[in-house]
Amino acid sequence: MLHATAETLLGRVLSGDPIMHVLDLDYMLGLLPILLGYLPLTLEMAGAGMVAALVLACLLAVVRVQRMPGLNALAMLFISFFRGTPLLVQLFLFYYGLPQILTFLVAINGITATILGLTLHFSAYMAESIRAAIVGVDRSQTEAALSIGMTQGQLMRRIVLPQATRVATPTLMNYFIDMIKATSLAFTLGVTELMGATQKEAAGSFLYFEAFLMVAVIYWVVVELLSWLQRRLEKRLNRAYQR
Amino acid sequence: MIALNGITKRFGAHTVFENIDLTLEQGEIIVVIGPSGTGKSTLLRCINYLETPDAGRLTVGNLSLDAKHATRREILALRRRTAFVFQNYALFANKTALDNICEGMIVVDGLSKAEAHARGREILERIGLADKANAYPASLSGGQQQRVGIGRAMAAKAEVILFDEPTSALDPEWVDEVLALMKHLALERQTMIVVSHEMQFAREVADRVVFMDEGRIIEQGPPDELFTNPQDERTQRFLRKVLANNPIV
Repeated sequence: MLHATAETLLGRVLSGDPIMHVLDLDYMLGLLPILLGYLPLTLEMAGAGMVAALVLACLLAVVRVQRMPGLNALAMLFISFFRGTPLLVQLFLFYYGLPQILTFLVAINGITATILGLTLHFSAYMAESIRAAIVGVDRSQTEAALSIGMTQGQLMRRIVLPQATRVATPTLMNYFIDMIKATSLAFTLGVTELMGATQKEAAGSFLYFEAFLMVAVIYWVVVELLSWLQRRLEKRLNRAYQR
Repeated sequence: MIALNGITKRFGAHTVFENIDLTLEQGEIIVVIGPSGTGKSTLLRCINYLETPDAGRLTVGNLSLDAKHATRREILALRRRTAFVFQNYALFANKTALDNICEGMIVVDGLSKAEAHARGREILERIGLADKANAYPASLSGGQQQRVGIGRAMAAKAEVILFDEPTSALDPEWVDEVLALMKHLALERQTMIVVSHEMQFAREVADRVVFMDEGRIIEQGPPDELFTNPQDERTQRFLRKVLANNPIV
């Protein structure tokens, strides 16, 4: 098989046929503004998912850290399921499966289902990072806060969470970056976002390589911008810890 | 007045101490000495409820509670009447020196930020760190950190400050500045209980020295008596040992 291909390739080269066409840069540049038009939707889905996932993850983490009876077991089950199954499976479950069971969900659209899936999936991961960060805050500071009469809530809000935030930020930013890329799965739910739009454009022009290269570059640049932001944020958060 | 009556603490099957009684008058300074592992720190932590006593009664001022069955509200009230200075300083790493001192005033006592900062700066002045208001703990020396720790306890306006070996984690060069600050507080008649191995400090500053061994108060009395004429054989043995290494003058 391989042999045959090589032979054909060799034959084509010898006969002067092009074995590769030059990148159609004009097409790519023309595609850029079209695709960029879909970037806001991608970022909105990731942004909404991130905010919701952060809130949920904080709740889960606190439940886990405080070992709240009953809730702790539920949180563990939740985390286990959403870390233990692929995001794509979860999205299909919410979009195609759930409305058959919970009929009031029939109207759920692809965007909502994506945000829901991203939220649940990533909150499970983030909860564990946040929990580790909370547990990592020096125990003696907890005692110091209690010793001056702070309540558990005040202790969490004013001493533990600000320090845990610093520890968890790099990991959480990584999850956000992952989440932006994961929004591309929304196209499997029929959402025309960045990836869905690219797919459509490519199908129209047959220039698959150019189209998917273009969208790859867009994702890449967005992620790089975020990484730069992440470094600045970390520097800021570390200010208090410089000797 | 601060009173401990029949305070008992167990860790599992191990009894750290049983039926401890100790009473302090307002303005009294007590130094607790004794071999390591005899429950001195645990006793101190029970007074602040950082450890839950298994039995007994705790009285601080007009608050008196059954140590085993204290409600959450009683525990908070107790902690607001007491302050704690930790061996390892335990400063809030995310807050400046000033904010470490002001945190309790703002969050627990409900002072406005401006009021708290004004008082916080007074305290910084008194602990000799006025120029370090905006420094974070990581940039302070051990001695400076412990002075902030004491400042945080001063800010609580507690009826008693509990010192848990405040100088034993310090490099020798920082010990004196911390002891000097504690002496200063003693001169102002701040009620305090100090667990310490600093015999010289105990001798000079304490109104009463308490010797603990194996979970019991063996002997207590004014430092002049306890250091020069200890009654119990265990006290004599302990003092001989520690004073041989570090004679007090």
